[in-house]
Amino acid sequence: MTIRCEIVSQDRLVYEGDVDIVVSPGIEGEMGILPDHAPLLSILDFGLVRVRKENQEEVFTVTGGLVEVQPEIVTILADAAEHVDEIDAARAEEAKNRAEEILAGGPPDGDIDKYLMIEAALRRSNLRLSAIKRYRSGRRHIQTEPTGESD
Amino acid sequence: MANAREVKLRIKSVKNIAQVTRALQAVSASRVRKAMDTMFSTRPYANKAWQVLTHVARQPGRENLHPLLTKRADVKNVIVIMISGDRGLAGPYNSNIIKYTFEKFGKYEVPAQFISIGRKGTELLHRRGMNIMADFRDLPAEPSFVDVSAIGRLAVDEFLSGNADEVYLMYTDFVNMVKQDPVMKKLLPLEYETEVGLVEAEFGARKDGASASYLYEPGQTEILDEIIPRFTALQVFQAVLESFASEHASRMVAMKSATDNATELAGLLQLEYNKARQLGITSEILDIVGGAEALAK
Repeated sequence: MTIRCEIVSQDRLVYEGDVDIVVSPGIEGEMGILPDHAPLLSILDFGLVRVRKENQEEVFTVTGGLVEVQPEIVTILADAAEHVDEIDAARAEEAKNRAEEILAGGPPDGDIDKYLMIEAALRRSNLRLSAIKRYRSGRRHIQTEPTGESD
Repeated sequence: MANAREVKLRIKSVKNIAQVTRALQAVSASRVRKAMDTMFSTRPYANKAWQVLTHVARQPGRENLHPLLTKRADVKNVIVIMISGDRGLAGPYNSNIIKYTFEKFGKYEVPAQFISIGRKGTELLHRRGMNIMADFRDLPAEPSFVDVSAIGRLAVDEFLSGNADEVYLMYTDFVNMVKQDPVMKKLLPLEYETEVGLVEAEFGARKDGASASYLYEPGQTEILDEIIPRFTALQVFQAVLESFASEHASRMVAMKSATDNATELAGLLQLEYNKARQLGITSEILDIVGGAEALAK
């Protein structure tokens, strides 16, 4: 039995497919969603959405949004979402350095909105970079697989 | 009989017109492509968001769920958001949406207030003495959600404060390059029966008949307060994008037929000019020949 998973960001459809389990960062902790889950609405936190089908896992970074669960479908409405393989590492690194540089010079005087914006940018870059570090190399085979099997 | 010089002048001006319309056509062609790209890329999100909203609205006990979902027994005032263009020369685009709006709300049973997006629509509402509460014009050519979200928020605020009991959205749906349809969508309170073919899994259609209501994380109020106004604004945003794409497509088609007509007319005039010129030459020759013969006698 599978559950349908659709990930959309504000500017495109990022992923759709029938999968075994969706793990998503809810605001009150990570949740694993299996087929036939009770209807649920949750705010999404910054983090990683992992989608597993048989023994293939796809990983996405999401930066907030909403997840709607129905017994047969999970809809993830993300403010921004990217497959881990799509992330531009150089750009993320650069954005991180830029944000850190600005923040190192102390909080921009009085402009709290700007400060929060830069901080959010920094969190996004860090999320992307750590996702790359952990999950790059395409479709990851799950560790619990019997060893010695060739790809 | 038109003389050759007059015809020549007309040819020149017709050709000038053709040049202008051709340029407009080219501009619209590139704009429509861009507008379509933006529109299609945000469509999945807007559709999903609308789907989530209808799921929410479908729950048992929706009347008490959230004020924005609650139907009011007594409708005393409505707000109509109408999206038209800032500029003319767009074929039937502006007149279609305006005509459709007047058909629906020109003589509505309760007072209607208008939020107008686009100069052309505002002008006409003024002329007809309609009650305009807000007008937005000169939106950026490629609007972002932030540019438009204020319009949606305004509608939500007016609805919540009781100034309006229903909010309608009138816009032009982009079907394809040659077909754009004016449509009416009820924005608030949310209608859950309207959308066709979008709910694959009927809400709460669990085989074991378990609870059909949502679980909420964090809480129901927090989530609904956050998403309902936002998704409502998103519907307005998507409507603006659809309308923009429709406007450019409609203008492109109109300009193409104007160019074609002008080219055809120039061809006809050219024939007329040739005839006039031949006639002129013939009569000159006749004159000369006549003169020569008179001398020879």
